[in-house]
Amino acid sequence: MIYREAGQFKTSYGADQAIFPIVQDRVLVTLGILAAFLVPPLVADEYWLQAVLIPLVIYALAALGLNLLTGYAGQVSLGTGGFMAVGAYAAFKVTTAFPGLSILAVFVLAGLMAAAVGLVFGIPSLRIKGFYLAVATLAAQFFLIWLFNKVAWFTNYASSGTITAPPRTVFGVMVTGPLATAPVRYVVALGVLAVFALIAKNLVRGRMGRSWMAIRDRDIAAEIIGVRPLRTKLLAFGVSSFYCGVAGAEYVFLYLGSAETLAFDIGLSFLVLFMVIIGGLGSILGSFLGAAFIVLVPIFLTNVPHTLGLAMGVALQKQIELMVFGALIIFFLIVEPHGLARLWQITKEKLRLWPFPY
Amino acid sequence: MRTRVLLGLAILALLLGPLALAGFAQTNAFIPLLVYRTGPYAPSGIPIANGFVDYFTLINERDGGINGIKVAWEECETQYDTKQGVECYERLKGKSALLVNPYSTGITYQLIPKAPVDKVVVFSMGYGMSAASDGRWFPWVFNFPTNYWSQASAVVRYISQQEGGLEKLKGKKIAHIYHNSPYGKEANSTLEDLAKKYQFELTLLAVDHPGQEQKSTWLQIRRLNPDWIFMSGWGVMNQVAVKEAAAIGFKMDHFIGNWWSASDADVTPAGEAAKGYKGATFHAPGIGYKVHTEVIKHVYDKGKGAGKKEEMGSPLYNRGIVNAMLAAEAIRTAAVKYPKQALNAEQVRWGFENLNLTDKRLDELGMKGFTHPVKVSCEDHEGGGPVLIQQWDGKKWSVVSDWVPVMHEVVRPKIEAAAVEEGKKLGYTQRDCSKEK
Repeated sequence: MIYREAGQFKTSYGADQAIFPIVQDRVLVTLGILAAFLVPPLVADEYWLQAVLIPLVIYALAALGLNLLTGYAGQVSLGTGGFMAVGAYAAFKVTTAFPGLSILAVFVLAGLMAAAVGLVFGIPSLRIKGFYLAVATLAAQFFLIWLFNKVAWFTNYASSGTITAPPRTVFGVMVTGPLATAPVRYVVALGVLAVFALIAKNLVRGRMGRSWMAIRDRDIAAEIIGVRPLRTKLLAFGVSSFYCGVAGAEYVFLYLGSAETLAFDIGLSFLVLFMVIIGGLGSILGSFLGAAFIVLVPIFLTNVPHTLGLAMGVALQKQIELMVFGALIIFFLIVEPHGLARLWQITKEKLRLWPFPY
Repeated sequence: MRTRVLLGLAILALLLGPLALAGFAQTNAFIPLLVYRTGPYAPSGIPIANGFVDYFTLINERDGGINGIKVAWEECETQYDTKQGVECYERLKGKSALLVNPYSTGITYQLIPKAPVDKVVVFSMGYGMSAASDGRWFPWVFNFPTNYWSQASAVVRYISQQEGGLEKLKGKKIAHIYHNSPYGKEANSTLEDLAKKYQFELTLLAVDHPGQEQKSTWLQIRRLNPDWIFMSGWGVMNQVAVKEAAAIGFKMDHFIGNWWSASDADVTPAGEAAKGYKGATFHAPGIGYKVHTEVIKHVYDKGKGAGKKEEMGSPLYNRGIVNAMLAAEAIRTAAVKYPKQALNAEQVRWGFENLNLTDKRLDELGMKGFTHPVKVSCEDHEGGGPVLIQQWDGKKWSVVSDWVPVMHEVVRPKIEAAAVEEGKKLGYTQRDCSKEK
């Protein structure tokens, strides 16, 4: 009744190919974006911004990057943590070498650096597929972490091997460093995410995304109809690593403030992969939903006993949290193997016929 | 009529509610505890958390708090993971936290930049960033009684004592096995400087998190055949290393762990073979001190103990006690200076900076001989206290050395240089200590 496109006529190709062809969608998404930008900085306290929303936005960007590679181009990667580390360390090196450079430009440069590294590690994808490719990218993960741990040049010879985000401003507002307030860092991270999500959406709707999906669905058939596997796969690795690199730089500069290589260990790669799988492979929305699920559910579970006033040892609480979280993941994978994005799609289809389904 | 009465009552409640709460808050000092009772570091994390909680229970039960200020705390599980640690800190700092004990060098590094902004004292007792020992650059961070760099210098001095003098170190082979993290790497630069100064051969061997796999490290040790091994390990890494050392038949009394690598959980899995293994510490092991009798009497006998009574007295449990005692004494120092009021973090910071823990005071606390006196100042947040060496005899730890002095002349200039570097990274300026009151 409410969600119905009857009477909305498209009179141009542009209107027909819009990202959100339905008016209701456009309104909803615009309102959602506005709310995301305005409400949390005004309403949320520092705990919510610092411990929940900022990591959520940054993980969403990383998941988006991995989704381009794994969900759209069908190349399984376990190197996300490594590529994020490349972005973080590149951003650190660039901004300490050129303190005057805008931090946003630094993020982009860090992404480009990560893209270059991603291209190198994407080369094996031409010969190996599936699980074997996962193992090859796993090698990238371990190698990169080892490299940053071993070579002191990357940390500017800090005795502890930790990189620290130096204070940097954008238009006179402190964005990184200890004095940057949480609302500012949140808005910057969200702004970056919004821009890159728009770019990603257009990439996958265009020629590039179509060739990725062709490779994913049947690589030999794709090759026969004229998709060049080398270029397409490498491009997927490059673009995906770019996103992960920017996310990695933000991870240190906007979220943690300082980090060691342990922050980018294999656990992070799995976490982002889980986000993509739970959210929905091959869906931009899925990346957001997956990140939200993985970030919000454990924090929700941690806070439940407190809110209910249950006195419980922290160790027991943590173990219960892990068990419930694991059970929830299995539950959602059984109920909807295509991820949370698919659930949303089904809801939308039902909503169109509501209240008179046939 | 009735609604009016209800309305009046509601307004009254609204007016009085905050007052009642304020009255409640006044008697409390809130301390968030970042602990890890689960995960690969739990063997190390559980005893230290228990010791900490037991001492504060003792203070509340026996003395009714610190100078009348009841201590309140809340545990938060970090699994020794920096992200979870930051989440815990953000959640708990809002409850007007006075100080935070991160119990992890990685989390300490995260909290150091936040401390002056949020006005929370970071008390990283014997861990964290060594450079933060220079209080002129890091007013909110304290790592007394002594830091990693001082510890490494004291261990080198102890080795020289065993060899018969500092000049005998020349040509000796010393290996440092370290946890490949900011924590493990801390000691490296001091060891490198000392190796240059005393001309011993230093080999640095990293073990990756979590440290279950060390075969290649010990293969290298076998080839190298060092005279001494120093280890900066944590959690499960320690017991694996002790077992591996036993497996290659290394002389156990030439294997010294730092103070996070020498507790019961680290040696018991290796059984008899661990006999002779040594560790650095800044307090005695065991339960032979008056403070332990008090804890048993006022905490465990009333059924309020955090752990099991038999587990008391392990080095890490005692470290928890020392940690809580130092924090409590710092709060007491502040409470003496600012009597009869609810302390804020600024005042507690003053208490930390002016802490002067004498032998006499330790005696009053039932800890004479248990740990060393400490004096903190505006310039020196470390104290540079001496170090003890303890040894495992197969059943228990016992102290086998006198207090080994640290090499202040080597460490302090390094600290001052590093503090400038680390401070500048965060955009800090140096504080003038002569202006502090």
